Amino acid sequence: MALSTAGPTSSLHQTLTGGKLPGWAPWVCAAGSVLAAVALIAVLPVNGRAQTIILAVLLFVGSQTAWSFAVEGRRHAVDRLVTTLIYSAGVIALVPLVAILATVIIKGLKVFSGYFLLHSMRNVSPLHPGGGVYHAIIGTLEVVGIAAIIGIPIGALVAIYLVEYGAGKRLAYWVTFFVDVMTGIPSIVAGLFVYTGLILTLGWQRTGFTGALSLTILMIPVMVRSTEEMLKLVPNELRESAYALGVPKYKTILRVVVPTALSGIITGAMLAVARITGETAPLLLTMFISASINFSPFTDPQATLPTFIWDQIARGTPASLDRAWAAALTLILIVVLLNLMARLLGRVYRVK
Amino acid sequence: MTMTPTATQPPPSPVSASPIRGRANRRGDRIFSGLSMAAGILVLAIMAGIGLFLLVKAVPALRVNTANFLTSSVWLPDNTPSRFGIAALAFGTVMSSLIAMVLAVPVGYGIALALAHYAAKRIAVILAFIVDLLAAVPSIIFGLWGLAWLMPRTFGLFAWLNDHLGWIPIFRNDLGVYTRCLALAGIVLAIMILPTVSAISREVFVQVPPAHIEASLALGATRWEMVRMAVIPFSKPGMISAAMLGLGRALGETIAVALVLSATFNINWHLTEPGGNSFAANIALKFNEAGPTGQGALIAAGLVLFVLTLAVNIVARLFIARRAAFSGAN
Amino acid sequence: MSLASATTDIDESKEKRAVKINRYGQLASVALVGTLALAACGSNSNAGSTSSASGSASGSGSISCASGKLKASGSTAQANAMTDWINAYQTACSGATIEYQGVGSGAGVTDFINKQTDFAGSDSSLKVDSEQPKADARCSAGPAINIPMVGGAIALTYNLQGVTKLALTSQTIAGIFAGKITKWNDPAIAAANAGVSLPSSAILSFHRSDASGTTDNFTKFLKAAAPAVWTYQGGKSWTAPGGQGAKGNDGVSTGVKSTPNSIGYVELSYALNNNLPVAAVDNGAGPVDPTSETASKALASAKVTGTGNNLPLKINYNIKDASAYPIVLVTYEITCEKGLDSAQAALVKSFLTFTASDAGQSKLSTTGYVPMSGDLLTKVRASVEAIS
Repeated sequence: MALSTAGPTSSLHQTLTGGKLPGWAPWVCAAGSVLAAVALIAVLPVNGRAQTIILAVLLFVGSQTAWSFAVEGRRHAVDRLVTTLIYSAGVIALVPLVAILATVIIKGLKVFSGYFLLHSMRNVSPLHPGGGVYHAIIGTLEVVGIAAIIGIPIGALVAIYLVEYGAGKRLAYWVTFFVDVMTGIPSIVAGLFVYTGLILTLGWQRTGFTGALSLTILMIPVMVRSTEEMLKLVPNELRESAYALGVPKYKTILRVVVPTALSGIITGAMLAVARITGETAPLLLTMFISASINFSPFTDPQATLPTFIWDQIARGTPASLDRAWAAALTLILIVVLLNLMARLLGRVYRVK
Repeated sequence: MTMTPTATQPPPSPVSASPIRGRANRRGDRIFSGLSMAAGILVLAIMAGIGLFLLVKAVPALRVNTANFLTSSVWLPDNTPSRFGIAALAFGTVMSSLIAMVLAVPVGYGIALALAHYAAKRIAVILAFIVDLLAAVPSIIFGLWGLAWLMPRTFGLFAWLNDHLGWIPIFRNDLGVYTRCLALAGIVLAIMILPTVSAISREVFVQVPPAHIEASLALGATRWEMVRMAVIPFSKPGMISAAMLGLGRALGETIAVALVLSATFNINWHLTEPGGNSFAANIALKFNEAGPTGQGALIAAGLVLFVLTLAVNIVARLFIARRAAFSGAN
Repeated sequence: MSLASATTDIDESKEKRAVKINRYGQLASVALVGTLALAACGSNSNAGSTSSASGSASGSGSISCASGKLKASGSTAQANAMTDWINAYQTACSGATIEYQGVGSGAGVTDFINKQTDFAGSDSSLKVDSEQPKADARCSAGPAINIPMVGGAIALTYNLQGVTKLALTSQTIAGIFAGKITKWNDPAIAAANAGVSLPSSAILSFHRSDASGTTDNFTKFLKAAAPAVWTYQGGKSWTAPGGQGAKGNDGVSTGVKSTPNSIGYVELSYALNNNLPVAAVDNGAGPVDPTSETASKALASAKVTGTGNNLPLKINYNIKDASAYPIVLVTYEITCEKGLDSAQAALVKSFLTFTASDAGQSKLSTTGYVPMSGDLLTKVRASVEAIS
């Protein structure tokens, strides 16, 4: 809407006070492009749902940009175009997630039940339905639990060293470098290491513990990085006030710095745990799979959910495949639960 | 972060006033600092251990190899004479990871921008939750889903690409079969690394000083212009680093690729034809049946993969470190 | 700051600490209760899912039980047969727990040599120069012996619309997998299938992407039966060009099932479990369907090449018998004749006695595997008897 009496002479004047698309414009464009796409598909020698959607999107982008260009000018047209692209990125992320969750839920629900969760696979034939993942759930929780018990303190200590004690020192430089290296370890290489080092060379038996060790290797760098970030976010003023009051360094760290960063550290720890819960490759090399319930991770074989899924797929019978999908559903539920707990704990322990 | 984070250097330790408490405190300090340093050294020891063991196991196989390890595509380590080379493995790994990058990086940046600067609070929370859920899906499920749901739905796209863009070698398909190809593996990998790329980019995007953003908006910039002028130049190193970390993850992915790919040992530029193999998937598929030389050969391939992901990660961290001065710690 | 406000501050912080302890306590108790519930709730008893075959009931009475824990690993081809045997044994002998992991024959032998397991399942017998000495060393007192226990047939499963019966000669099979025969209506295939309408589409062949004993035996067959056509390396890894690879017998069967005009080689039990059509193979005496009986006939003609209780077999892939299916494999249980710990030895002997018994071997034919028979079975039982 033009303000002054002087006509729209300069382009600056135009863009500052130029027209704006009405608020309902995007919706009209959307509706129009959907209708046009459907009509065009009916006429053209192309068909298919995906093609219709793609055509509708292209028409929408084209029509909105053109309309905006005419009314609002080039800058705003480009702005709208980019906004559309960015929102479509969000939608693109949605598609595989919904597809995966839907597939796992639909295929998993066939066998998923209370019975499935509470029974092992002892004496269940691969050819017939039956059995469950109880032994695998126990195994996963124990193996991941041991990896967490070992990995979380080590990771936190390394991060504390890097942030509080090691700034500028040569050792800290190398530790940081190798933590970076560790983040890049492919999971199967970690499994190879535990297998060739402990099992082949030292003759250890394959148990839940060896599996946990391979997971610890994968967990430590993630833990170090996230804890390091959290510790760095603690303002130096807090540390300085503690020192000014005569509190020794280790007490400052334990009583002031860590509690302040605690919510972030816990979130990071649980996210690391959620990540290793889904790891398959290292466990295939370092664990001996069992069909019965085994509460001891130090003796005798133990099953875990990822290796259970792998084994059931390899059996090649329809009944086993159903069990694999149901176990996949169980695994996703556990990982999502851990993620949610991470966020919840983070919020609970946040320093107000 | 590699070198000195100058902004976050903690102040030097204090000296305690009381002599008795002081001794106990100094001992406590020594114990604790020793403990944390020991943890750091443990990390070094583990890394050294891994490198050493893998090297020790790989060298005997490399000595027996009669083919050129770097340029040959054959994989027959347990034969006499032993012949194995990583050319096909390297090709498959790099190609599938590149496809993953091309697909995931733009979308990841878009999601990160949406979360950081575009979306309303409620939508941002939902979108962030979706992306985190995607990160939580274990890789074996990606493999299962890739074969069961995704593969049949790619046939139409690959056929279309062959029909209309078949003069470009990577889109060409002479067989009419589109199952278990490098392109499919690339798509699955793209979905897997999307959360990584978007999470790290998002962290960088939100660290842009609000003053820059507000200044550009105050001058009348549209949202896109603000992003283009204030956010992206500031975040460029972080964005590159996010892409490279995603690449690192794609290079090392084992199980999903092992389930999806057809695992052949040849270099085939027609990416939608069945075939292809990657370092990690090869180890997973062949390790159990391999003889001693075969295991050594696989470990040697694993070492190459390790060095590759190491190089990618170092480059990524270098880019992030350059921005250490602007990090939000203080 | 006044004394009163300082006191209220202290009270507040006490309250905050109390709230915090309360919060920690709540979380801890929830976690504890959850863990206890989880630990108490599960059960190892799975009702009546052990197979429809009547053989289980009749045979279980004759098992002489031993108790303890046994670990074994190796071939995936026999994994399903092993599981059925283990289930029957464990049902009859509740004090025993046997775990078998299908990691592959090579890994199984490695595990056995490294004392990780008490016996190994392998699709090929111990290599005389490299593996036998190490296995003998592992069994401190006596030699390591190969005991054939599970036979299998390698079936050619295909996906052709409208074709329910397909016959292939050995030469044709070699030609298809060598990439020399490329279309389904090739004269060579048509000649063996009079009256069947074959499409003119290209043949899509599947092989194993992972190393396996199935590939090993299949290529041995191809080399023996059609050496002029099949000129590629044998072994556990597939070396011929072309075709698609899939992981495991399950991958090949799923691949063939979902790809029209395809063909692949799988262990017979996988084809039967997935209701896939299988081709009859003509090795010179007429087309023979792959069944437990025809494969058993072929296995019975295998020659024992070991001495004493060691029974590695040389399979005759060139068998020309109208009632024998030539593409067979056998999985050995590799264990110590003498030298296992006494408790382990007792359990291994008891278990293998069951698997070699009539009740055990009859289970094989109901699930698509191939039982041992005749002279060979007698020798197998004698070898098991010698374990101590």
